[in-house]
Amino acid sequence: MGRYILKRVGLMLLTLWIIITLTFLLMHSIPGDPLANMARKLPEQIQQNYYQRYGLDKPVVVQYGIFMKNLITKGDLGESLVYPGRSVTETISKNSKVSGRLGIQALAMGVTIGITLGIIAALNRNRWPDFLVMFIAILGVSIPLFIIAALLQYFFTAKLELLPTTGWGKFKHTILPSIAMCFGSIATYARYMRSNVLEIVNQDYILTAKAKGVSEFNIIRKHIFRNAILPALTILGPQIAGIFTGAFVIERIFGIPGLGFYYINSINDRDYTMIIGTTVFFASLFIISQLVVDILYGVVDPRIRVSKNSR
Amino acid sequence: METAFRPVAVENKEKEVIARESVSYWKDAWRRLKTNKVAIVAIFILATIVIMTIIGPSISGHDYKEINSSMINQRPSVEHWFGTDALGRDIFSRVWQGGRISMIIGLTGALIATVVGSIYGSIAAYFGGRVDTIMMRIVEILISLPYLILVILISIILDSRSIGTMLLALTLAGWCGIARLVRGQMLQLKQQEFIMAAEALGVKPWKIIVKHLIPNCLGIIIVAISFDVPGYIFAEAFLSYIGLGIQPPGTSWGALASAAQQTFIFHPYQLFFPALMIGLTMLSFTLLGDGLRDALDPKLRQ
Amino acid sequence: MSSILEVKDLKVSFKTYAGEVKAVRGVSFDLKKGETLAIVGESGCGKTVTAKAILRLLKEPPAIIKEGSQIIFNGENVLKMNKKRLQHFRGGDISMIFQDPMTSLNPTMTIGNQIAESLIIHKKIKKKQAINEAIRLLEIVNIPNAKERIKSYPHQLSGGMRQRVMIAIALSCSPKILIADEPTTALDVTIQAQIIELLNELKREFNTSVVIVTHDLGVVANFADRVQVMYAGHVIETGNKYEIFYESKHPYTWALLNSVPRLDIECKAELHPLKGTPPDLILPLEGCPFASRCEYAMEICLEKKPEETSITDSHRVSCWLQDPRAPKVERPINLGGTTNE
Repeated sequence: MGRYILKRVGLMLLTLWIIITLTFLLMHSIPGDPLANMARKLPEQIQQNYYQRYGLDKPVVVQYGIFMKNLITKGDLGESLVYPGRSVTETISKNSKVSGRLGIQALAMGVTIGITLGIIAALNRNRWPDFLVMFIAILGVSIPLFIIAALLQYFFTAKLELLPTTGWGKFKHTILPSIAMCFGSIATYARYMRSNVLEIVNQDYILTAKAKGVSEFNIIRKHIFRNAILPALTILGPQIAGIFTGAFVIERIFGIPGLGFYYINSINDRDYTMIIGTTVFFASLFIISQLVVDILYGVVDPRIRVSKNSR
Repeated sequence: METAFRPVAVENKEKEVIARESVSYWKDAWRRLKTNKVAIVAIFILATIVIMTIIGPSISGHDYKEINSSMINQRPSVEHWFGTDALGRDIFSRVWQGGRISMIIGLTGALIATVVGSIYGSIAAYFGGRVDTIMMRIVEILISLPYLILVILISIILDSRSIGTMLLALTLAGWCGIARLVRGQMLQLKQQEFIMAAEALGVKPWKIIVKHLIPNCLGIIIVAISFDVPGYIFAEAFLSYIGLGIQPPGTSWGALASAAQQTFIFHPYQLFFPALMIGLTMLSFTLLGDGLRDALDPKLRQ
Repeated sequence: MSSILEVKDLKVSFKTYAGEVKAVRGVSFDLKKGETLAIVGESGCGKTVTAKAILRLLKEPPAIIKEGSQIIFNGENVLKMNKKRLQHFRGGDISMIFQDPMTSLNPTMTIGNQIAESLIIHKKIKKKQAINEAIRLLEIVNIPNAKERIKSYPHQLSGGMRQRVMIAIALSCSPKILIADEPTTALDVTIQAQIIELLNELKREFNTSVVIVTHDLGVVANFADRVQVMYAGHVIETGNKYEIFYESKHPYTWALLNSVPRLDIECKAELHPLKGTPPDLILPLEGCPFASRCEYAMEICLEKKPEETSITDSHRVSCWLQDPRAPKVERPINLGGTTNE
């Protein structure tokens, strides 16, 4: 197991390095002046100052060296191009708390509700709870979340006036965004768990348990649930990815000052240092979370745990 | 001896056997799909949407670019069936014009990604060994990146504003899933007894590929396409939504939804129609994919 | 000896999109205390369905146990048992071993817990006691290092070991009947013999009645007291082991026996495989189900189902050849094909 984790971490660091390098080089290979958007009106002298300040007058390779050195030694991702004086690292760490809180809340909600609905659907196969859950799930996977978000806003704030449309700070501000964000997760999990449970129900070992005289409730609890929930961990990775992309849209719609909100802003402002920094941060977080999920899966499932031990 | 106890000849006995008609894989798949009402409805909806995206922009009598400052934010009426937007443009025309873009991106995107992915996956599976390891490592790295972030990055770099660059951005990162799928299926098939049996019987490799490998992969590829199309439509909508997609005066469902978002509390119909179309299309493709999967999975055949 | 299990006119169908598959079409038999009954037949003849129906393990729907079928255990109708009684019945009174030990154990539970589960339910003992009992059971089924093994997961054991664990589970609560559904089919030949030997020992030790479902006549010869031959959902011949092996009357039984290679007789000719396939169980079946493949088929065989004829008290056969009007046919003794030369 230790060797496996080591190998995976090594591979992860390699992937991370590739991403950072690629992002950096690609962003610097964009034709045209990175300051063009805002600096055009500035006099020559000030432009020169800008270039010096951001090191843009140096060759790309040198810039890359400085960037990597700062990143590794100080965790410093540079300074915003559009808002001079604003540190990219600080912006990320401040805003990611907001996004993190929302994301974790949404993920937890999505996974628990999704798993529960999936099991309910499978155990009531071809009866109305099944149809209802599958209907919700199908809507969840096929309706983009900005539409779901708009609908939620429309009904809960404009029509029923129960919850605030936008804003951040109190728990009530997180309710609608979390629901909108976790809709996709609920749908995916419900579908996945349903087909999982239906497959397990037909496994021979369920027959064995029945032949042993295990009660229906205990078959579900001890035999079906555990076996169905373990593989569900494997799709946690894509769910985390979904939460990330969800953040871009949801934070904008609900006016939440999170990382996604600033990311989209920096894209629209063509704030390249912000884009590089945030992309690297998102990608790292994403890759690390995938790794954690994989390792977690190895720890929980005895079949994988042992096969890795014996290697 | 009574006649009833006369032995019967073997030939006569054969006649007594009423054989059920044997059905080929595709015929059987089609028969199964036909019985799936949901899938048929999905096909019908998709056909309608496709036809409307072709003829829709020209039947309302308003060009999708035509600005009319005296008719801004009109509710749906006889004149403007889906109403007008903040610039007085006819939403009916715009929805179908946008749909044209969204559908083109969805369909071609999925198709390109599938072709590229299938070829890549087959090559990896066919050569195996080190080639396979290296090719799959690349896929692993690409797949470990968040897809939409990759798309955003590529879009920024390509400065995507046209269908072409958007397609490029979407498919550059989108073929990995299919590559994995096809490779897995191919490897699995290569090990299966009927392939080994065919090999042992001296069937030529190309015949094995044509008669066994391709038909057995085609099913999952078709299913993958139908599940991928909504993904691309969503990705396009997402990009347009965050301002990296089709630029005015061009439009797409995502761009329409994005534009309508800010004022939808006052003019919900502006958001309603593009949202409905995105939802319906994605829903139909998902349902069709479900139906196809059920129809094409020979393991489910009874 | 009294019967511990009686099956009367059991009919089981499956609903499929193509129509109703009548998998079991009126099977009757009984099982006496301490007796071992083998149900023999080709794949798809309904033997496994019959076995599962006894424990009511068939999924309903798609399976339907037809009106009029009766399964009576110790005077109690199994088909009328309520949920609670059924749970006690399964595992407590009657237990079952399945064909594939690779898939019939829960992969995420230790084998100790899987054995203990059954003990906790039926013997109402504490977990700790149950684990100790599980260790004892593992020793009985000859698993070395039982104390260590108890913590193993199924994938850490070989196929033979897993089947031993299955046997331990099945016998844990000393059931009166053990149903073994092809318990050796998925195993290596050498392991097969060990498992059969183990079953033989345990059957005597626990005085359990056994129903063994198999298509392996070798297993039947070693293990069974009585044999019941099934074909296309019907019992076509039943008798004690000797009657079936030496005095069989049905052409299908003959074909079955002749398809087994014999090493004890000098052999010059090839094996006699049974030609053709069993009838499609969706189609209506008229006459004798075996007629289309039978060498001796007569016109009546295609038209009317044969009645059961008793040869001795224990030996019964359903075949028109038993009719006095039919031509006399002897079993072709396949002594390495000497009859043909």
